[in-house]
Parts: sequence; structure tokens; C-alpha cells
Amino acid sequence: MTRKLLTGNSAAAWGARLAQVDYIPAFPITPQTEIIENLAAWIDRGEMPARLVTLESEHSMITAAGSAASSGVRAFTATSSQGLLYGMEMIYTVAGWRTPFVMVNVSRGLASPITLESDHNDIMAARDSGFLQIHCATCQEIADSILIAYRLAEHTQVRMPAIVNLDGFYLSFTREPVDLADASKARAFVGEYDPENLQFRGNSPLSQAMAVLGGGPYSYFRYEMHLALQHALSVYDEVVDEFAEIFGRRYDMIDCYQMEDAEYVFVMVGSFSTKARDAIDSLRAAGRKIGLLRPRLFRPFPQAQVRQLLQGRRAVAVVDQNISMGMGGVLHSEFATALYGASDAPLLASYIGGLGGRNISQQEFFAIADELQQASEREVAPPPRLLYTEEELTEMRKLQAIAQAEHAEIHQH
Amino acid sequence: MSKQSTVHFHRMKDMPSTHLLGTGTPMCAGCGGLETLHTLYDILGDKTVFVNAAGCMTLLSVYPFTPFRGGWLYTAMASAPAGAQGVRDAVDILLQKKKLSADENVEVVVITGDGAAYGMGMSATSGAMDRNLDFIYLCYDNEGYGNTGQQYSAATPHAAITSTSKGSHGYPGYKKDLFSIWAAHSPAYVATVIAAEPLDLAKKVEKLQSMTGPRMLISLAPCPPGWDYDAQLSVEIGRLAVQTGVWPLKEFIDGEVRHTKVPKQRKPVEDYLQLQGRFRHLFAPRRDATGIAEIQARVDDYWALAATK
Repeated sequence: MTRKLLTGNSAAAWGARLAQVDYIPAFPITPQTEIIENLAAWIDRGEMPARLVTLESEHSMITAAGSAASSGVRAFTATSSQGLLYGMEMIYTVAGWRTPFVMVNVSRGLASPITLESDHNDIMAARDSGFLQIHCATCQEIADSILIAYRLAEHTQVRMPAIVNLDGFYLSFTREPVDLADASKARAFVGEYDPENLQFRGNSPLSQAMAVLGGGPYSYFRYEMHLALQHALSVYDEVVDEFAEIFGRRYDMIDCYQMEDAEYVFVMVGSFSTKARDAIDSLRAAGRKIGLLRPRLFRPFPQAQVRQLLQGRRAVAVVDQNISMGMGGVLHSEFATALYGASDAPLLASYIGGLGGRNISQQEFFAIADELQQASEREVAPPPRLLYTEEELTEMRKLQAIAQAEHAEIHQH
Repeated sequence: MSKQSTVHFHRMKDMPSTHLLGTGTPMCAGCGGLETLHTLYDILGDKTVFVNAAGCMTLLSVYPFTPFRGGWLYTAMASAPAGAQGVRDAVDILLQKKKLSADENVEVVVITGDGAAYGMGMSATSGAMDRNLDFIYLCYDNEGYGNTGQQYSAATPHAAITSTSKGSHGYPGYKKDLFSIWAAHSPAYVATVIAAEPLDLAKKVEKLQSMTGPRMLISLAPCPPGWDYDAQLSVEIGRLAVQTGVWPLKEFIDGEVRHTKVPKQRKPVEDYLQLQGRFRHLFAPRRDATGIAEIQARVDDYWALAATK
């Protein structure tokens, strides 16, 4: 095992390299590009026996990843944001092919307005596609999750593609120490790619992704995908147990921090959860019983585990780094679904923050903690909050004043 | 894979006598695209993987049936050439790793309609040619979005009535020159073909089998429901498309365009037009002499220019 200081993107590239991928259809997009640059450099230097092809779009890239995996090789690809949405038709399509490969998504806010910085609306748009989703909070987790994702995706009772998600900038360009798995151990863990029945051969009538007539066969195949994903919950446990045994690092489907005696809970996915951990350390020092629950596996969604972990707590704040327009936080809805009807369920509060890379400050976490406590005393959940400070609004007003002045000036001339 | 073809197509009796593609598909009677596919498949043989885009031929393979002896992959409307890229690259990797033997190699064939080829799929096609992908592309061009009921596409000819150009003058635009757009990429091979001229088609397929790289075919595909004529006329209309000079049969190799079947005495375009309901407004209730003359003039101009090259 070697310990290196790696960006999240480098860690992702290492994950693909250690997973012995054969084929990488690629397309550049900020903040993902460093992943494919790293892989291309290794391949050019003869350090990695794989083939990288730059397609002309993400739509084509995802098609090629799916068709290559369907033809018998282990495929890897990566994208972000607009790229994920441009390829979204194929995200849904290749999931239906039941073709296992791994794609890294480096989360970035969606247009409009356009931004390069991070939030989770891109990955949430792939929520219902059939792709497995693993969300990472550290660079170490990125490299390891890619190995785990291949095992899960290729498992004979799952056979679905997987997305490993990491946050743009906060992880993609942040260096952290990463223990890289020993190459031979990683090879043994991931194993040879077994395409099972997915192989195009001369004179062998195999059809992929053909049409069906009527809702009966259609529903059957769609239900099969859903059941495969549900089955992936138990497969995930087996895979991470084995991973922990070999590499000494545990990746439970839900990461818990200070949860043992916690009466109040923050729920977050991704790297911003490390900000919540900081806040929890301060709050704990002040005697507050608060913890963090971070789903690492988001699809399939570990409903039963969520329910079990949250029963008996006083109040839970779901902090979403995404926004479903006209509804609110996506994660909040999922938690509400998981907890509905549970006996002894906690109060559930919704906070939207961290859109387009906006910071969530320690003060905001403290304020959320206070609000949870007050809600618990009153026994009423607080209304949903969109995190935004007075200072931010003042700055925004200044920008608007400039925009209006410019507009007026143009009209004068 | 052997790039050597052993058959030579000089006369009709050289043509394969049985079809590889199974019967009973939901293609319409008289489908000109299906006829081209038959000939292509019969000559290429069964070691082929077809990668399909959204279009009429999506319905060739409907669960649980397939008319193909080999593989079939449906992708989406825009990305069939990218699907072919993944299959080709994967097979090459497996050959290199000796996980496949040379005789397990496959020829990868994209089939799309004009809707994909002339429009939505053009970027993916251009990309595949940029990358010099070793594949065959067959566009069955029935000059409209046929599978959805023949709305006009970028392949629709001037004056054709379609279900979105039902006015008295038909489609006001002009058919896009896909052959030249493809040829501008300098792929290994580009050709126009038509099933009604099977020997010309067979010779072209034979020729492209000896090549590697992008090998691109555009087949005019007479379409009984889309063009509004009786299915039994498909072959005659196909021949007339060539004999009137409306559909020039040609090929592009090594930077040169060569016409493979030049009609000695071109028949008037109206011989071709008047058999099709989509052009009926040019002849009834009154003959639109100006409209017909304009179409004739464009065909004449094409051949006059071709003669100077």
C-alpha cells in the first residue's frame, strides 16, 4: 500500500486504474477533466493497459461505455453537470441494457445561470435512472468506492451500471492523503470482468435493448431493474465486508458520526458533510447531543437502515445541496418517505444550502442545531429554510445595482 | 477477419440466392430500405453486429424475436455510431488480449434512417469518421421521419407533400447533400445506392468489404406509405429515381467522386414524380409546369456540373 497526496480527481483516476479497466470513452468537462487527463497520460506512457477514446459528446460517450461493456470489456467513464444532462437519454438507456460499468460524476451546479461550482442537482437528475449511486466525502473514499462500485455493478444478481459521485472543487481539486490499494490486491478484489451473456459474437443472435410491445413485457423489464437495485442493498454489505477485510477500511452504506447517543441529527451527502462534522465537534464540546448521518449508498436507497438509525431521535435536519423547484430538497423527501408511519419517528426539518458551491458556515450549522432543539421542545417541525445571509443579500443587491446601471447606460446611448 | 471477398458481382445470377435476414418483420410491404439491408447482409454474411438508431428499423427486432443471425443493439436516435465505436473497440481489445479468436471477429454495421443521419445523429457520425472508426454505416433514406408518419426531414425533396408539409406546394426546402457532407470528412468510402439497382449495390458492398475505416452508404429507400404509392411500384420507382437522374449513383474513394451508373438518356423527372402521391399536386388538378420545370432544372444542373468534373 502506498500513501499519496492526491486530488479527488487523481483518486478517481487511480480507482479506475486499480480496477483494471479496459476501455475509457471520454469527454472533457470542468471540473472532471483531470480524471481523463491522468488516465490518458498513464496510457500514453504505457503504465496502464487500456484504451481511451475521446467521443464528440457525453451522449456518445455513455453510449460507447454501454456498448463496450455489452461487448465484453470493463469500461469506465466520467462526467459532470451539463455533461451528465446532455447524456441523460443514454443514462436511462444503458441502465436498461443491464450493462455494468462505472462512471464518476464530479458534481457541479446546473445552468441556468451557469456555474462551475458544486451542488447536487446534476446527480439527483440521474436518481431514477437505474444507475447505482455511491456518494463520496473524501478522496480516500473516491478511490475505494470505484473498486466497490465495480464489484457491486458486476455482481451476478445486480448487473447494473454505477455512478460514483464526488463534489467539484471541494473534492475534485482538493489534495488529501490517500492510501492506494496494492495493485495485486485490488486486482484480486475486483476480479476479471465477466460479461456473462453480454457478448456480441459472429453468428450468435443476441439482441440488446430491443423494442417490446405492450405494457406487460415493458413493466416486467422495468420491475426487474428495480428489484436488482433493491437486491444490491444486501450485495453492498457483502462487498464492503470483503473490502474491509482486505484493505482495513469500512464503508457502511450509511456513514454515522457521533450517532450513538445523538438526540439531534444532521443528514447530508457528499463532502459538505465534513463541515457538519466540524460543527458537531463544537456542538458536542458545548454538551449538545448531536450527530451526522451520511448515506453513502444513495441508490438503492437504504430506507430500512435510515428508519432504524433515526427512530427515537428528537429531530433531524436534512441539509440538501440541491433543490427540486416547487418542492424543495430531494434528500428531505426521501427521508420523509423512509420515516413516514414509523413509530417514534423524529421531527424532520428541511434546509437547502451549498448551491453552486455556496459555503455552509459553522454559524449556520449552529443555528440549525438551535432550531432543531426549539422544534423538539415545541413538538412542531420548523418550516423549510433556504440558507442565505443578510450579507449575501447585500452583496447581491450591489451586483443588481451595477447591472441596472449598465443597462441604463446602454439605453442612453 | 478476412477482408478478401471471394464473390464477384457481374450479373444477377451472381447475387446471393437466399436471404440471411429472417422473414416476418413488421416492415411495410415494398420497403426500399429493407431490400437494401437484405442485399448488404447477404453479402457481408452473418458475422455482423448491427447497431441501430431510432427509426423504422427499430421494429426489426421486437422481443422475443430477431430476424438477425448475429448481434443487434438498439441505441437511441442520435448515437448509433457511438454505439458502434464501443462495440468495435471492445472487440479489438478482446482480439488483442486473445480472448477472441480471429474468426470470432465481427463487422460492425450502423443502420439509421435519414432522420438520424441527416439531422440528430450527424454529430456522432462526424465524430466516428474523425476517429476513423472501422465500421459500415447504412442510411436508409426514405426522405422523411417515416416511422412517425412521414413528417418532413432534412432529407425531404423539394415540393414533396409530407404530414407536416401538406400545403399546395409541399415542402419548400431542398434535400440536404449528405453525400458531400460525409465525403468532406474523407472517410474510406462513401456511396449512394438503391436496392432497385442490386448489381451496383452488390459491387459497392463487395468493394467496401476490402477496406477498413468508415464505409458509408446512403440508400434511397422508396417508401409506399410515406411517398403514397402502391407497394408493387417500389422497384420501378427506384429504377426511375436512377434513370431520371434524381438519385445519382456514385462513390467517393481517395478524394475522387465517380458516378457508377450514369443514365445515357435521362428520362424526364415527371416519370418519377407522377407515380408518387406526395407529388400529385404537381399534376392535378392542374399541371404545375413551373414546379416540375424547377425540379427538372435542378437535376439537369447537377448532371451538367458532374460532366465538367
